[in-house]
Amino acid sequence: MAITSKPRVRVPAQAKAGEIIEIKTLISHEMESGQRKDSAGKTVPRDIISTFEAAFNGKPFFKADWFPAISANPFQSFFFKATESGEFTFSWKDDGGSEQKATAKLTVG
Amino acid sequence: MTFKAFAPTRRQALQLAAGAFAAALAPNLALATEAQVADELKKLFGGKSMAEGKVKLDLPEIAENGLVVPLNLEVDSPMTDADYVKAVHVFADGNPLPQVVTYHFTPASGRASASTRMRLAQTQNVIAVAEMSDGKLYSAKAQVKVTIGGCGG
Repeated sequence: MAITSKPRVRVPAQAKAGEIIEIKTLISHEMESGQRKDSAGKTVPRDIISTFEAAFNGKPFFKADWFPAISANPFQSFFFKATESGEFTFSWKDDGGSEQKATAKLTVG
Repeated sequence: MTFKAFAPTRRQALQLAAGAFAAALAPNLALATEAQVADELKKLFGGKSMAEGKVKLDLPEIAENGLVVPLNLEVDSPMTDADYVKAVHVFADGNPLPQVVTYHFTPASGRASASTRMRLAQTQNVIAVAEMSDGKLYSAKAQVKVTIGGCGG
């Protein structure tokens, strides 16, 4: 299943230099664990978003490897030390190689 | 977890067969054990010793719904180029698969802290192991009582 939903990202628009900001992300996805059985008793194949990555001005600074134990509609929060203005890129990749991206701007002043 | 490059030896094949047999007998899902978590840690770190402390796991004592259990963790570190947290691995010893999540941090993270939501199949221990930039390992463990299990089944 391709990731069709639009991810939601919350980043403060402005920060002081040196300030540590919290970033919160949420994306809709079944995160099928591969452990569940359907009504016919057949195992539902695993289908999860396995990688989430965050980069600032093209430089990756945070990565999460998600396993099937991560809940459906995975939420992720993490931190970033603001030093200069620029743009965040967030990317979610699933087992099938499908990718969804989001961006957010940050002004440091 | 992928099994792409898994070429079993005779012994492993026998163990697998025995495991599959046991799983077929068990009424529920085959669940991970502390031994399986220890195996994963051995694969990652080759049996390096771990110290307690530095890692703070913030979990509910009782989770009413095992499908969405909040997981918050923070590792005490200055997060400078010379001294930072490289990665944090989280395991659950009562889930069908022990791995939960692995975080990779950099000095630009500012704080080695992250939150997400996870599934827990039953009452069990959650273990977090932090890998520092100097190679030292720190761990923390917390028990979560689960009223209704997640992970299907």
